[in-house]
Amino acid sequence: MNTAVDLLTSTSEWQDIAPLLSVRELNKFYAPGKGCGDINFDLYPGEVLGIVGESGSGKSTLLSCLSARLTPDSGNVIYNSEQFGEMDLYACEESMRRVLMRSEWGIVHQHARDGLRMNVSAGANIGERLMAVGERHYGDIRAKAEEWLTAVEIDTGRIDDRPSQFSGGMQQRLQIARNLVTHPKLIFMDEPTGGLDVSVQAKLLDLLRNLVSRLGLSVIIVTHDLAVARLLAHRLMVMRRGEVVETGLTDQVLDDPQHPYTQLLVSSILQN
Amino acid sequence: MSTATGYNFAYLDEQSKRMIRRAILKGVAIPGYQVPFGGREMPLPHGWGTGGMQVTASVIGEADRLKVIDQGADDTTNAVSIRRFFAHTAGVETTEQTAEATLIQTRHRIPERPLQADQILIYQVPIPEPLRFIEPRESETRKMHALSEYGAMQVKLYEDVARFGHIATSYDYPVMVNNRYMMDPSPIPKFDNPKMRMMPALQLFGAGFEKRIYAVPPFTQVESLDFDDHPFEVQSWEEACAICGSDHSFLDEVITDDNGSKMFVCSDTDYCRERVEQGFVGTAADLPIAEVETKQ
Repeated sequence: MNTAVDLLTSTSEWQDIAPLLSVRELNKFYAPGKGCGDINFDLYPGEVLGIVGESGSGKSTLLSCLSARLTPDSGNVIYNSEQFGEMDLYACEESMRRVLMRSEWGIVHQHARDGLRMNVSAGANIGERLMAVGERHYGDIRAKAEEWLTAVEIDTGRIDDRPSQFSGGMQQRLQIARNLVTHPKLIFMDEPTGGLDVSVQAKLLDLLRNLVSRLGLSVIIVTHDLAVARLLAHRLMVMRRGEVVETGLTDQVLDDPQHPYTQLLVSSILQN
Repeated sequence: MSTATGYNFAYLDEQSKRMIRRAILKGVAIPGYQVPFGGREMPLPHGWGTGGMQVTASVIGEADRLKVIDQGADDTTNAVSIRRFFAHTAGVETTEQTAEATLIQTRHRIPERPLQADQILIYQVPIPEPLRFIEPRESETRKMHALSEYGAMQVKLYEDVARFGHIATSYDYPVMVNNRYMMDPSPIPKFDNPKMRMMPALQLFGAGFEKRIYAVPPFTQVESLDFDDHPFEVQSWEEACAICGSDHSFLDEVITDDNGSKMFVCSDTDYCRERVEQGFVGTAADLPIAEVETKQ
């Protein structure tokens, strides 16, 4: 009973909080049916939003548009920034977007190779963001790098090794550490567990779930793996052919899918 | 020496010189900014100083006195051929004395004798982009310069300290010009970096291969990058120059025989000669200089 009351109060509190990211009428098409269109949603602080759908449904295009890496054809992405206040991502200066990318945001790529500097050590990979925001004390940078390696369960003895000497799972964890070091508010993830075997996936997901709840991060995660979505996401958006066909709380969408495509998607998972 | 016939003064045609001068003026107006220019073919392969030569050809006048050094020395192949080239095509006077020269083209050194306001120092630059190590895309490095995003440059220094315990970059040491542009000072030893700061002479940089010109105007701030807990330091030697006894100039290690004997001598040959004339002596003073040089 008590929990229900708590839930009610917290819900009313939620309504007073401004959304972190608001997306309105977002369109980006490479060709008719290729891309994503008519996207509208709000993301609130501390929320994890999953975007699921089959390959080619426009998930990654949408994520690129949201994370200021791909200019949409039309529509607005409004971000509530700590430094700049409320800002329209594609109406503001590029320099501001780039500041966001290295301070308040994190981007975790599907292929660690895209998100890491493979030719410099793990410590330098983590330290780069700190140096980019003006940290100039070697000892401090190194201490923070060690701290974050520990946080993502990489042996601190590997701090001077290059990412190319790391396993796939470690590279992915290093990528996460590199993003979290400046304490971002919003993380974009594109298939963070893609290409990892199931036991490594499980470990990574466990780590992500802990970090997200401990640091109160907001996350937009793109995945085609419904198990990943169920484990991490509070809310789901199901995409097909560039359009959002269903949205709702994760459990609701996965346990009681309404749209025929979502029903197909959910029933495609092997049951035993 | 008389001027070669069939060539324009200083080899390049006047239109090319004008184009290069415009690039130089732009470079001077924006200290440290790399200005693209239409690099011309020179009768020398790229990597032999064609960028520096094009700059020299564009600023040289009949009244100029040219000095060319390669690693501080006036008598190495590169220096000798470029000096002869301009003596031949421009008919200008050449000199080996830093104090006498109005133009100094250099590869990898700044002369030890402080330069004056009426002199111009022209550097030969192999790779003009200091950020290339960290970012291979030209479009991206230009953006980084435009937005002053230089945090990534610190990564290079971080790697040094992580691997060697100190900043091991000893030449090509990145500098910040006029608190705005990150600049590659060409592969001069970091020993020479402090000389760039507030230098009375104009400093011009020509990269022939990548077709870029940049400049540091006289009396401009030039700061070497570092960490708060690992400040910028220049090289130092325990020995003094074996010929002139100098303990404050950049020294080259010279192997003197097959048994591992070695000595240290000034890399700036003119400076060393000047000191010997003034009566300074080093440990190898009993050896006739000529003999020492043959042994080199």
